[in-house]
Amino acid sequence: MTGVTSESIVLFVNTALLLLMCAAALGVVRLRNLFAVVMLGGVYSFLMASLMVALDAVDVGMTETAVGAGISVVLMLSVLGLTKTREAAPRHRPLVALVVSAVVAVSLLYASGDLPPFGDPAAPAHQHVAPEYLARAPVETGAPNIVTAVLASYRGYDTLGETAVILTGGIGVLVLLLGARRRRGGVRQGGAGESPEGTGAPMLRDTVILRVGAKILLPFILLFALYVQFHGDFGPGGGFQAGVAAATGVVLYALVFGVASAQRVAPVRVVLVMVPLGVLIYAGTGLAGMLAGGNYLDYSVLAHDPVHGQHWGIFAVESGVFVTVSGTMLAIFYAFAGRRQAREEEGAGR
Amino acid sequence: MFAAALVAVLTGFALALTRALLGPTVFDRALAVNSCGTLAVATLALVGFVTERPDFLDIAILYVLLNVVGTIAVLRFVRFGQLGDPVEGERGGRGADEPG
Amino acid sequence: MSPDDILEIASGACLVLGAAFVVIGALGLLRFPDLFARVHAASLIDTLGIGFLALGMGLHAGWSQVSLKLGFIVALVGLTSPVATHALAQAALHAGERPVLRSDRRDEGPLP
Repeated sequence: MTGVTSESIVLFVNTALLLLMCAAALGVVRLRNLFAVVMLGGVYSFLMASLMVALDAVDVGMTETAVGAGISVVLMLSVLGLTKTREAAPRHRPLVALVVSAVVAVSLLYASGDLPPFGDPAAPAHQHVAPEYLARAPVETGAPNIVTAVLASYRGYDTLGETAVILTGGIGVLVLLLGARRRRGGVRQGGAGESPEGTGAPMLRDTVILRVGAKILLPFILLFALYVQFHGDFGPGGGFQAGVAAATGVVLYALVFGVASAQRVAPVRVVLVMVPLGVLIYAGTGLAGMLAGGNYLDYSVLAHDPVHGQHWGIFAVESGVFVTVSGTMLAIFYAFAGRRQAREEEGAGR
Repeated sequence: MFAAALVAVLTGFALALTRALLGPTVFDRALAVNSCGTLAVATLALVGFVTERPDFLDIAILYVLLNVVGTIAVLRFVRFGQLGDPVEGERGGRGADEPG
Repeated sequence: MSPDDILEIASGACLVLGAAFVVIGALGLLRFPDLFARVHAASLIDTLGIGFLALGMGLHAGWSQVSLKLGFIVALVGLTSPVATHALAQAALHAGERPVLRSDRRDEGPLP
Protein backbone atom coordinates (compact mmCIF):
# COMPACT_ATOMS: atom_id res chain seq x y z
CA MET A 1 0.00 0.00 0.00
CA THR A 2 2.67 2.47 -1.02
CA GLY A 3 1.66 6.04 -1.60
CA VAL A 4 -1.23 5.92 0.82
CA THR A 5 -0.24 8.60 3.26
CA SER A 6 -1.99 9.49 6.44
CA GLU A 7 -3.20 12.75 4.95
CA SER A 8 -4.79 11.12 1.95
CA ILE A 9 -6.55 8.63 4.18
CA VAL A 10 -7.94 11.44 6.29
CA LEU A 11 -8.98 13.30 3.17
CA PHE A 12 -10.78 10.23 1.87
CA VAL A 13 -12.45 9.67 5.21
CA ASN A 14 -13.61 13.28 5.40
CA THR A 15 -15.03 13.17 1.90
CA ALA A 16 -16.79 9.88 2.49
CA LEU A 17 -18.23 11.06 5.79
CA LEU A 18 -19.49 14.27 4.21
CA LEU A 19 -21.15 12.35 1.39
CA LEU A 20 -22.83 10.05 3.88
CA MET A 21 -23.99 13.07 5.83
CA CYS A 22 -25.52 14.48 2.66
CA ALA A 23 -27.35 11.21 2.10
CA ALA A 24 -28.64 11.20 5.67
CA ALA A 25 -29.70 14.83 5.40
CA LEU A 26 -31.55 14.13 2.16
CA GLY A 27 -33.31 11.31 3.92
CA VAL A 28 -34.28 13.62 6.76
CA VAL A 29 -35.71 16.13 4.32
CA ARG A 30 -37.54 13.74 2.03
CA LEU A 31 -38.98 11.14 4.37
CA ARG A 32 -42.45 11.77 5.71
CA ASN A 33 -42.33 9.28 8.54
CA LEU A 34 -41.04 11.21 11.52
CA PHE A 35 -39.70 8.11 13.27
CA ALA A 36 -37.34 7.58 10.41
CA VAL A 37 -36.44 11.25 10.50
CA VAL A 38 -35.53 11.11 14.17
CA MET A 39 -33.41 8.02 13.65
CA LEU A 40 -31.69 9.50 10.63
CA GLY A 41 -31.01 12.57 12.73
CA GLY A 42 -29.12 10.28 15.07
CA VAL A 43 -27.16 8.88 12.14
CA TYR A 44 -26.31 12.38 10.98
CA SER A 45 -25.17 13.20 14.45
CA PHE A 46 -22.67 10.43 14.76
CA LEU A 47 -21.38 10.99 11.26
CA MET A 48 -20.75 14.53 12.41
CA ALA A 49 -18.96 13.27 15.50
CA SER A 50 -16.72 11.03 13.38
CA LEU A 51 -15.94 13.96 11.14
CA MET A 52 -15.03 16.10 14.10
CA VAL A 53 -12.68 13.43 15.39
CA ALA A 54 -11.14 13.13 11.92
CA LEU A 55 -10.58 16.88 12.00
CA ASP A 56 -8.84 16.58 15.38
CA ALA A 57 -11.58 18.29 17.39
CA VAL A 58 -12.01 15.54 19.95
CA ASP A 59 -13.74 17.50 22.70
CA VAL A 60 -16.43 18.74 20.37
CA GLY A 61 -16.69 15.26 18.88
CA MET A 62 -17.30 13.81 22.30
CA THR A 63 -20.01 16.37 23.04
CA GLU A 64 -21.69 15.63 19.72
CA THR A 65 -21.53 11.93 20.48
CA ALA A 66 -22.96 12.30 23.93
CA VAL A 67 -25.82 14.52 22.86
CA GLY A 68 -26.73 12.98 19.53
CA ALA A 69 -26.62 9.33 20.46
CA GLY A 70 -29.09 8.95 23.26
CA ILE A 71 -30.66 12.04 24.67
CA SER A 72 -31.56 13.76 21.39
CA VAL A 73 -33.36 10.70 20.07
CA VAL A 74 -35.19 10.27 23.36
CA LEU A 75 -36.32 13.87 23.61
CA MET A 76 -37.41 14.06 19.99
CA LEU A 77 -39.39 10.87 20.37
CA SER A 78 -41.00 12.37 23.44
CA VAL A 79 -42.10 15.29 21.30
CA LEU A 80 -43.46 12.87 18.70
CA GLY A 81 -45.59 11.39 21.44
CA LEU A 82 -47.40 14.69 21.68
CA THR A 83 -47.88 15.21 17.96
CA LYS A 84 -48.45 13.11 14.91
CA THR A 85 -45.84 10.72 13.61
CA ARG A 86 -46.33 11.56 10.00
CA GLU A 87 -45.31 14.84 8.51
CA ALA A 88 -48.08 16.69 6.77
CA ALA A 89 -47.55 17.13 3.04
CA PRO A 90 -46.38 20.64 2.22
CA ARG A 91 -49.00 22.77 0.55
CA HIS A 92 -46.72 24.78 -1.66
CA ARG A 93 -43.40 24.21 -3.28
CA PRO A 94 -40.72 26.34 -1.67
CA LEU A 95 -38.95 27.39 -4.86
CA VAL A 96 -37.92 30.81 -3.58
CA ALA A 97 -36.37 29.25 -0.49
CA LEU A 98 -34.52 26.77 -2.64
CA VAL A 99 -33.11 29.48 -4.88
CA VAL A 100 -32.03 31.61 -1.93
CA SER A 101 -30.36 28.63 -0.22
CA ALA A 102 -28.57 27.67 -3.41
CA VAL A 103 -27.27 31.21 -3.94
CA VAL A 104 -26.03 31.44 -0.35
CA ALA A 105 -24.41 28.01 -0.56
CA VAL A 106 -22.57 28.85 -3.74
CA SER A 107 -21.38 32.17 -2.32
CA LEU A 108 -20.09 30.47 0.80
CA LEU A 109 -18.29 27.86 -1.22
CA TYR A 110 -16.74 30.57 -3.33
CA ALA A 111 -15.69 32.53 -0.26
CA SER A 112 -14.22 29.49 1.42
CA GLY A 113 -11.67 29.29 -1.35
CA ASP A 114 -9.95 32.27 0.24
CA LEU A 115 -9.60 30.68 3.64
CA PRO A 116 -6.13 29.54 4.71
CA PRO A 117 -5.47 25.81 4.45
CA PHE A 118 -6.81 23.72 7.27
CA GLY A 119 -4.33 23.52 10.13
CA ASP A 120 -2.01 26.10 8.64
CA PRO A 121 0.08 27.42 11.53
CA ALA A 122 0.43 30.80 9.84
CA ALA A 123 -3.30 31.37 9.67
CA PRO A 124 -4.54 34.47 11.48
CA ALA A 125 -6.69 32.36 13.79
CA HIS A 126 -3.58 30.73 15.16
CA GLN A 127 -1.72 33.95 15.91
CA HIS A 128 -2.19 36.41 18.74
CA VAL A 129 -3.92 34.64 21.60
CA ALA A 130 -3.59 31.00 20.59
CA PRO A 131 0.19 30.55 20.91
CA GLU A 132 0.04 32.36 24.21
CA TYR A 133 -2.57 29.98 25.56
CA LEU A 134 -0.63 27.03 24.24
CA ALA A 135 2.45 28.24 26.04
CA ARG A 136 0.82 29.31 29.28
CA ALA A 137 -1.91 26.78 29.83
CA PRO A 138 0.13 23.72 30.86
CA VAL A 139 2.26 25.85 33.14
CA GLU A 140 -0.43 27.94 34.77
CA THR A 141 -3.28 25.47 35.01
CA GLY A 142 -1.47 22.16 35.03
CA ALA A 143 -4.10 20.69 32.73
CA PRO A 144 -2.69 18.95 29.66
CA ASN A 145 -5.97 19.35 27.82
CA ILE A 146 -5.73 22.91 26.55
CA VAL A 147 -9.37 22.95 25.48
CA THR A 148 -10.51 22.39 29.03
CA ALA A 149 -8.06 24.95 30.31
CA VAL A 150 -9.34 27.57 27.88
CA LEU A 151 -13.01 26.73 28.42
CA ALA A 152 -12.91 26.53 32.16
CA SER A 153 -10.24 29.01 33.07
CA TYR A 154 -9.16 31.51 30.47
CA ARG A 155 -12.62 31.88 28.98
CA GLY A 156 -14.49 30.79 32.06
CA TYR A 157 -16.90 33.69 31.82
CA ASP A 158 -18.07 32.50 28.40
CA THR A 159 -18.67 29.04 29.76
CA LEU A 160 -20.67 30.51 32.62
CA GLY A 161 -22.82 32.15 29.98
CA GLU A 162 -23.23 28.87 28.13
CA THR A 163 -24.31 27.11 31.29
CA ALA A 164 -26.76 29.91 31.93
CA VAL A 165 -28.10 29.42 28.42
CA ILE A 166 -28.76 25.77 29.19
CA LEU A 167 -30.47 26.86 32.35
CA THR A 168 -32.73 29.32 30.59
CA GLY A 169 -33.50 26.85 27.82
CA GLY A 170 -34.45 24.27 30.40
CA ILE A 171 -36.60 26.73 32.29
CA GLY A 172 -38.37 27.67 29.07
CA VAL A 173 -39.16 24.08 28.20
CA LEU A 174 -40.25 23.27 31.72
CA VAL A 175 -42.52 26.29 31.91
CA LEU A 176 -44.16 25.27 28.65
CA LEU A 177 -44.62 21.68 29.69
CA LEU A 178 -45.30 21.95 33.39
CA GLY A 179 -46.87 25.36 33.58
CA ALA A 180 -50.25 24.31 32.26
CA ARG A 181 -50.46 21.33 34.57
CA ARG A 182 -49.52 23.37 37.57
CA ARG A 183 -52.62 25.40 37.09
CA ARG A 184 -54.70 22.27 37.10
CA GLY A 185 -53.41 21.28 40.47
CA GLY A 186 -49.94 20.19 41.37
CA VAL A 187 -47.05 18.60 39.58
CA ARG A 188 -47.87 15.02 38.81
CA GLN A 189 -45.36 12.37 39.54
CA GLY A 190 -44.85 10.38 36.40
CA GLY A 191 -45.83 6.78 36.05
CA ALA A 192 -48.32 4.82 38.04
CA GLY A 193 -48.27 7.27 40.91
CA GLU A 194 -49.22 5.69 44.19
CA SER A 195 -49.90 2.23 42.85
CA PRO A 196 -47.21 -0.33 43.57
CA GLU A 197 -44.70 -1.31 40.99
CA GLY A 198 -46.53 -4.38 39.82
CA THR A 199 -49.68 -2.83 38.36
CA GLY A 200 -49.63 -0.73 35.22
CA ALA A 201 -46.00 -1.57 34.83
CA PRO A 202 -44.51 -0.89 31.42
CA MET A 203 -44.63 -3.91 29.23
CA LEU A 204 -40.95 -3.81 28.43
CA ARG A 205 -40.42 -5.36 31.83
CA ASP A 206 -41.43 -8.76 30.54
CA THR A 207 -38.21 -9.03 28.63
CA VAL A 208 -35.73 -10.48 31.05
CA ILE A 209 -32.85 -9.90 28.71
CA LEU A 210 -33.53 -6.22 28.45
CA ARG A 211 -33.86 -5.82 32.20
CA VAL A 212 -30.68 -7.72 32.97
CA GLY A 213 -28.81 -5.99 30.19
CA ALA A 214 -29.90 -2.59 31.40
CA LYS A 215 -28.96 -3.42 34.97
CA ILE A 216 -25.48 -4.42 33.86
CA LEU A 217 -25.05 -1.38 31.63
CA LEU A 218 -26.19 1.24 34.07
CA PRO A 219 -23.22 1.23 36.42
CA PHE A 220 -20.91 1.40 33.42
CA ILE A 221 -22.69 4.39 31.99
CA LEU A 222 -22.71 6.28 35.26
CA LEU A 223 -19.15 5.35 36.07
CA PHE A 224 -18.01 6.36 32.63
CA ALA A 225 -19.81 9.65 33.00
CA LEU A 226 -17.83 10.30 36.16
CA TYR A 227 -14.65 9.24 34.39
CA VAL A 228 -15.33 11.65 31.56
CA GLN A 229 -16.03 14.40 34.08
CA PHE A 230 -12.77 14.06 35.93
CA HIS A 231 -10.65 13.03 33.00
CA GLY A 232 -11.59 16.20 31.18
CA ASP A 233 -8.37 17.80 32.30
CA PHE A 234 -6.28 15.20 30.50
CA GLY A 235 -8.33 14.00 27.58
CA PRO A 236 -11.54 14.86 25.84
CA GLY A 237 -14.27 15.32 28.37
CA GLY A 238 -15.64 17.74 30.87
CA GLY A 239 -18.88 18.81 32.40
CA PHE A 240 -21.13 18.90 29.32
CA GLN A 241 -20.36 15.45 28.06
CA ALA A 242 -20.44 13.90 31.50
CA GLY A 243 -23.73 15.54 32.40
CA VAL A 244 -25.42 14.30 29.26
CA ALA A 245 -24.04 10.80 29.72
CA ALA A 246 -25.25 10.61 33.30
CA ALA A 247 -28.70 11.84 32.33
CA THR A 248 -28.83 9.28 29.54
CA GLY A 249 -28.05 6.56 32.06
CA VAL A 250 -31.03 7.51 34.17
CA VAL A 251 -33.15 7.77 31.02
CA LEU A 252 -32.15 4.19 30.14
CA TYR A 253 -33.32 3.11 33.55
CA ALA A 254 -36.59 4.93 33.01
CA LEU A 255 -37.09 3.39 29.58
CA VAL A 256 -36.65 -0.16 30.78
CA PHE A 257 -38.08 -0.07 34.29
CA GLY A 258 -40.56 2.74 34.04
CA VAL A 259 -40.47 6.41 34.83
CA ALA A 260 -41.89 5.74 38.29
CA SER A 261 -38.92 3.58 39.21
CA ALA A 262 -36.53 6.14 37.82
CA GLN A 263 -38.19 8.84 39.88
CA ARG A 264 -37.56 6.83 43.00
CA VAL A 265 -33.88 6.99 42.17
CA ALA A 266 -33.75 10.56 40.87
CA PRO A 267 -36.76 12.33 42.36
CA VAL A 268 -38.37 15.13 40.42
CA ARG A 269 -37.78 17.68 43.18
CA VAL A 270 -34.09 16.91 43.36
CA VAL A 271 -33.73 17.12 39.60
CA LEU A 272 -35.58 20.41 39.47
CA VAL A 273 -33.26 21.80 42.14
CA MET A 274 -30.21 20.61 40.21
CA VAL A 275 -31.11 22.73 37.24
CA PRO A 276 -30.17 26.10 38.73
CA LEU A 277 -27.82 24.67 41.34
CA GLY A 278 -25.05 24.11 38.83
CA VAL A 279 -25.08 27.68 37.66
CA LEU A 280 -25.05 28.73 41.29
CA ILE A 281 -21.97 26.61 41.92
CA TYR A 282 -20.28 28.11 38.91
CA ALA A 283 -21.10 31.69 39.78
CA GLY A 284 -20.28 30.95 43.40
CA THR A 285 -16.80 29.87 42.42
CA GLY A 286 -16.37 33.24 40.78
CA LEU A 287 -17.56 34.96 43.92
CA ALA A 288 -15.20 32.86 46.00
CA GLY A 289 -12.41 34.22 43.87
CA MET A 290 -13.52 37.74 44.66
CA LEU A 291 -13.85 37.02 48.36
CA ALA A 292 -10.34 35.64 48.37
CA GLY A 293 -9.04 38.88 46.98
CA GLY A 294 -8.80 38.28 43.25
CA ASN A 295 -11.08 39.11 40.35
CA TYR A 296 -14.35 37.40 39.53
CA LEU A 297 -13.62 33.84 38.35
CA ASP A 298 -9.95 34.24 39.17
CA TYR A 299 -8.97 30.79 40.39
CA SER A 300 -5.37 31.53 41.24
CA VAL A 301 -6.28 32.86 44.64
CA LEU A 302 -8.40 29.91 45.69
CA ALA A 303 -5.61 27.80 47.14
CA HIS A 304 -2.18 28.14 48.58
CA ASP A 305 -0.54 28.42 45.19
CA PRO A 306 -1.91 29.47 41.80
CA VAL A 307 -1.66 26.09 40.06
CA HIS A 308 -3.59 24.34 42.80
CA GLY A 309 -6.04 27.18 42.76
CA GLN A 310 -6.58 26.62 39.05
CA HIS A 311 -7.13 22.91 39.67
CA TRP A 312 -9.75 23.58 42.32
CA GLY A 313 -11.36 26.27 40.25
CA ILE A 314 -11.63 24.10 37.16
CA PHE A 315 -12.91 21.20 39.24
CA ALA A 316 -15.59 23.35 40.83
CA VAL A 317 -16.87 24.93 37.63
CA GLU A 318 -16.91 21.65 35.74
CA SER A 319 -18.96 20.15 38.56
CA GLY A 320 -21.34 23.06 38.27
CA VAL A 321 -21.72 22.46 34.56
CA PHE A 322 -22.29 18.74 35.18
CA VAL A 323 -25.03 19.39 37.71
CA THR A 324 -26.92 21.84 35.52
CA VAL A 325 -26.63 19.86 32.32
CA SER A 326 -27.68 16.52 33.80
CA GLY A 327 -30.46 18.16 35.80
CA THR A 328 -31.85 19.98 32.77
CA MET A 329 -31.84 16.92 30.53
CA LEU A 330 -33.54 14.80 33.14
CA ALA A 331 -36.06 17.47 34.03
CA ILE A 332 -37.09 17.86 30.39
CA PHE A 333 -37.42 14.10 30.02
CA TYR A 334 -39.56 13.85 33.14
CA ALA A 335 -41.69 16.72 31.94
CA PHE A 336 -42.37 15.06 28.60
CA ALA A 337 -42.94 11.65 30.12
CA GLY A 338 -45.36 12.96 32.67
CA ARG A 339 -47.23 15.22 30.29
CA ARG A 340 -48.53 12.66 27.85
CA GLN A 341 -49.87 10.65 30.72
CA ALA A 342 -51.50 13.64 32.36
CA ARG A 343 -53.17 14.50 29.07
CA GLU A 344 -54.64 11.03 28.80
CA GLU A 345 -55.87 11.06 32.35
CA GLU A 346 -57.56 14.36 31.77
CA GLY A 347 -59.05 13.04 28.55
CA ALA A 348 -60.36 9.95 30.29
CA GLY A 349 -61.77 11.93 33.16
CA ARG A 350 -63.75 14.28 30.97
CA MET B 1 -4.14 -1.74 6.13
CA PHE B 2 -6.00 0.88 8.11
CA ALA B 3 -6.93 2.54 4.85
CA ALA B 4 -8.44 -0.68 3.54
CA ALA B 5 -10.31 -1.24 6.77
CA LEU B 6 -11.61 2.32 6.68
CA VAL B 7 -12.80 1.94 3.09
CA ALA B 8 -14.64 -1.24 4.02
CA VAL B 9 -16.21 0.22 7.14
CA LEU B 10 -17.39 3.31 5.28
CA THR B 11 -18.79 1.11 2.53
CA GLY B 12 -20.64 -0.88 5.15
CA PHE B 13 -21.90 2.38 6.56
CA ALA B 14 -23.21 3.42 3.16
CA LEU B 15 -25.01 0.09 2.77
CA ALA B 16 -26.55 0.28 6.21
CA LEU B 17 -27.61 3.86 5.56
CA THR B 18 -29.32 2.71 2.37
CA ARG B 19 -31.26 0.19 4.37
CA ALA B 20 -32.17 2.91 6.87
CA LEU B 21 -33.49 5.05 4.02
CA LEU B 22 -35.32 2.20 2.30
CA GLY B 23 -36.43 -0.12 5.07
CA PRO B 24 -40.12 -0.69 4.67
CA THR B 25 -40.84 -1.03 8.37
CA VAL B 26 -39.65 1.02 11.28
CA PHE B 27 -37.85 -2.05 12.64
CA ASP B 28 -35.67 -2.27 9.55
CA ARG B 29 -34.68 1.31 10.06
CA ALA B 30 -34.00 0.83 13.75
CA LEU B 31 -31.81 -2.15 12.96
CA ALA B 32 -29.94 -0.26 10.29
CA VAL B 33 -29.38 2.70 12.59
CA ASN B 34 -28.10 0.39 15.31
CA SER B 35 -25.62 -1.10 12.84
CA CYS B 36 -24.65 2.39 11.70
CA GLY B 37 -23.84 3.12 15.32
CA THR B 38 -21.55 0.13 15.64
CA LEU B 39 -19.87 1.06 12.37
CA ALA B 40 -19.45 4.60 13.63
CA VAL B 41 -17.56 3.19 16.61
CA ALA B 42 -15.34 1.25 14.23
CA THR B 43 -14.80 4.38 12.17
CA LEU B 44 -13.89 6.40 15.24
CA ALA B 45 -11.37 3.83 16.37
CA LEU B 46 -9.77 3.44 12.94
CA VAL B 47 -9.62 7.18 12.31
CA GLY B 48 -8.01 7.62 15.68
CA PHE B 49 -5.37 5.07 14.80
CA VAL B 50 -4.67 6.72 11.48
CA THR B 51 -4.31 10.18 13.00
CA GLU B 52 -2.46 8.76 16.02
CA ARG B 53 -4.64 10.26 18.70
CA PRO B 54 -5.23 7.84 21.53
CA ASP B 55 -7.98 9.99 23.05
CA PHE B 56 -10.57 8.91 20.51
CA LEU B 57 -11.30 5.61 22.24
CA ASP B 58 -13.05 7.37 25.10
CA ILE B 59 -15.46 8.75 22.54
CA ALA B 60 -15.96 5.31 21.05
CA ILE B 61 -16.74 3.78 24.44
CA LEU B 62 -19.18 6.58 25.18
CA TYR B 63 -20.84 5.96 21.88
CA VAL B 64 -21.30 2.25 22.47
CA LEU B 65 -22.93 2.94 25.82
CA LEU B 66 -25.31 5.57 24.51
CA ASN B 67 -26.23 3.91 21.22
CA VAL B 68 -28.31 1.29 22.92
CA VAL B 69 -30.39 3.95 24.67
CA GLY B 70 -31.52 5.38 21.34
CA THR B 71 -32.52 2.00 19.98
CA ILE B 72 -34.45 1.06 23.10
CA ALA B 73 -36.19 4.44 23.08
CA VAL B 74 -37.39 3.88 19.51
CA LEU B 75 -38.62 0.40 20.33
CA ARG B 76 -40.43 1.48 23.44
CA PHE B 77 -42.03 4.27 21.53
CA VAL B 78 -43.21 2.02 18.74
CA ARG B 79 -44.68 -0.39 21.23
CA PHE B 80 -46.39 1.99 23.60
CA GLY B 81 -46.80 5.18 21.64
CA GLN B 82 -45.12 7.26 24.30
CA LEU B 83 -42.13 7.22 26.56
CA GLY B 84 -43.82 7.68 29.91
CA ASP B 85 -45.49 4.89 31.79
CA PRO B 86 -48.66 3.59 30.20
CA VAL B 87 -51.87 4.45 32.01
CA GLU B 88 -53.88 1.47 33.26
CA GLY B 89 -55.36 -0.36 30.35
CA GLU B 90 -53.45 1.32 27.57
CA ARG B 91 -51.62 -1.09 25.36
CA GLY B 92 -51.78 0.47 21.94
CA GLY B 93 -48.75 1.15 19.88
CA ARG B 94 -48.41 4.04 17.55
CA GLY B 95 -45.69 3.56 15.09
CA ALA B 96 -46.25 -0.08 14.31
CA ASP B 97 -49.27 0.67 12.21
CA GLU B 98 -47.52 3.39 10.35
CA PRO B 99 -46.25 2.22 6.98
CA GLY B 100 -42.53 2.43 7.34
CA MET C 1 11.05 -12.23 10.41
CA SER C 2 11.19 -10.53 13.73
CA PRO C 3 8.31 -10.82 16.16
CA ASP C 4 7.35 -7.23 15.27
CA ASP C 5 6.91 -8.22 11.63
CA ILE C 6 4.78 -11.16 12.59
CA LEU C 7 2.66 -8.91 14.78
CA GLU C 8 2.24 -6.43 11.95
CA ILE C 9 1.21 -9.15 9.54
CA ALA C 10 -1.20 -10.63 12.04
CA SER C 11 -2.62 -7.19 12.74
CA GLY C 12 -3.09 -6.54 9.03
CA ALA C 13 -4.75 -9.91 8.51
CA CYS C 14 -7.16 -9.31 11.36
CA LEU C 15 -8.02 -5.89 10.02
CA VAL C 16 -8.73 -7.32 6.59
CA LEU C 17 -10.87 -10.08 8.09
CA GLY C 18 -12.79 -7.58 10.18
CA ALA C 19 -13.31 -5.34 7.20
CA ALA C 20 -14.54 -8.28 5.15
CA PHE C 21 -17.07 -9.27 7.77
CA VAL C 22 -18.29 -5.70 8.03
CA VAL C 23 -18.92 -5.55 4.29
CA ILE C 24 -20.54 -8.99 4.24
CA GLY C 25 -22.78 -8.10 7.16
CA ALA C 26 -23.80 -4.79 5.63
CA LEU C 27 -24.51 -6.43 2.28
CA GLY C 28 -26.70 -8.94 4.05
CA LEU C 29 -28.45 -6.13 5.88
CA LEU C 30 -29.28 -4.58 2.55
CA ARG C 31 -30.09 -7.64 0.48
CA PHE C 32 -31.85 -10.13 2.71
CA PRO C 33 -35.56 -10.43 2.05
CA ASP C 34 -37.02 -9.93 5.49
CA LEU C 35 -36.43 -8.31 8.86
CA PHE C 36 -35.36 -11.33 10.86
CA ALA C 37 -32.80 -12.42 8.30
CA ARG C 38 -31.45 -8.88 8.31
CA VAL C 39 -31.07 -9.00 12.09
CA HIS C 40 -29.00 -12.10 11.63
CA ALA C 41 -26.80 -10.41 9.03
CA ALA C 42 -26.37 -7.27 11.10
CA SER C 43 -25.18 -9.32 14.05
CA LEU C 44 -22.16 -10.31 11.97
CA ILE C 45 -21.02 -6.71 12.01
CA ASP C 46 -21.39 -6.35 15.73
CA THR C 47 -19.54 -9.49 16.71
CA LEU C 48 -17.06 -10.66 14.11
CA GLY C 49 -16.62 -7.31 12.43
CA ILE C 50 -15.82 -5.26 15.50
CA GLY C 51 -14.03 -8.19 17.11
CA PHE C 52 -11.51 -8.70 14.35
CA LEU C 53 -11.04 -5.00 13.77
CA ALA C 54 -10.36 -4.44 17.44
CA LEU C 55 -8.01 -7.43 17.52
CA GLY C 56 -6.10 -6.04 14.57
CA MET C 57 -5.82 -2.63 16.18
CA GLY C 58 -4.84 -4.12 19.49
CA LEU C 59 -2.07 -6.17 17.92
CA HIS C 60 -0.81 -3.03 16.29
CA ALA C 61 -0.82 -1.11 19.54
CA GLY C 62 0.68 -3.77 21.80
CA TRP C 63 0.05 -3.97 25.53
CA SER C 64 -1.12 -0.55 26.49
CA GLN C 65 -4.06 1.45 27.68
CA VAL C 66 -5.27 1.56 24.08
CA SER C 67 -5.63 -2.21 23.93
CA LEU C 68 -7.44 -2.20 27.25
CA LYS C 69 -9.95 0.31 25.92
CA LEU C 70 -10.36 -1.70 22.75
CA GLY C 71 -11.13 -4.70 24.92
CA PHE C 72 -13.76 -2.63 26.71
CA ILE C 73 -15.30 -1.64 23.41
CA VAL C 74 -15.56 -5.25 22.27
CA ALA C 75 -17.04 -6.34 25.60
CA LEU C 76 -19.54 -3.49 25.65
CA VAL C 77 -20.60 -4.02 22.05
CA GLY C 78 -20.99 -7.70 22.85
CA LEU C 79 -23.23 -6.73 25.75
CA THR C 80 -25.33 -3.96 24.23
CA SER C 81 -25.83 -5.23 20.70
CA PRO C 82 -27.60 -8.51 21.50
CA VAL C 83 -29.78 -6.71 24.03
CA ALA C 84 -30.81 -4.14 21.46
CA THR C 85 -31.43 -6.62 18.65
CA HIS C 86 -33.33 -8.93 21.00
CA ALA C 87 -35.58 -6.08 22.02
CA LEU C 88 -35.99 -5.17 18.35
CA ALA C 89 -36.93 -8.68 17.25
CA GLN C 90 -39.36 -9.04 20.11
CA ALA C 91 -40.96 -5.69 19.39
CA ALA C 92 -41.28 -6.69 15.74
CA LEU C 93 -42.95 -9.97 16.66
CA HIS C 94 -45.28 -8.15 18.98
CA ALA C 95 -46.18 -5.73 16.21
CA GLY C 96 -47.09 -8.55 13.86
CA GLU C 97 -44.04 -8.97 11.67
CA ARG C 98 -43.52 -12.55 10.69
CA PRO C 99 -40.50 -14.13 9.01
CA VAL C 100 -40.80 -14.96 5.34
CA LEU C 101 -40.77 -18.73 5.26
CA ARG C 102 -39.95 -21.15 2.51
CA SER C 103 -43.62 -22.17 2.42
CA ASP C 104 -44.60 -18.57 1.69
CA ARG C 105 -42.36 -18.56 -1.30
CA ARG C 106 -43.31 -21.91 -2.74
CA ASP C 107 -45.90 -20.31 -4.98
CA GLU C 108 -43.45 -17.77 -6.29
CA GLY C 109 -41.04 -20.20 -7.86
CA PRO C 110 -37.50 -20.99 -6.84
CA LEU C 111 -35.81 -18.96 -4.13
CA PRO C 112 -33.60 -16.16 -5.49
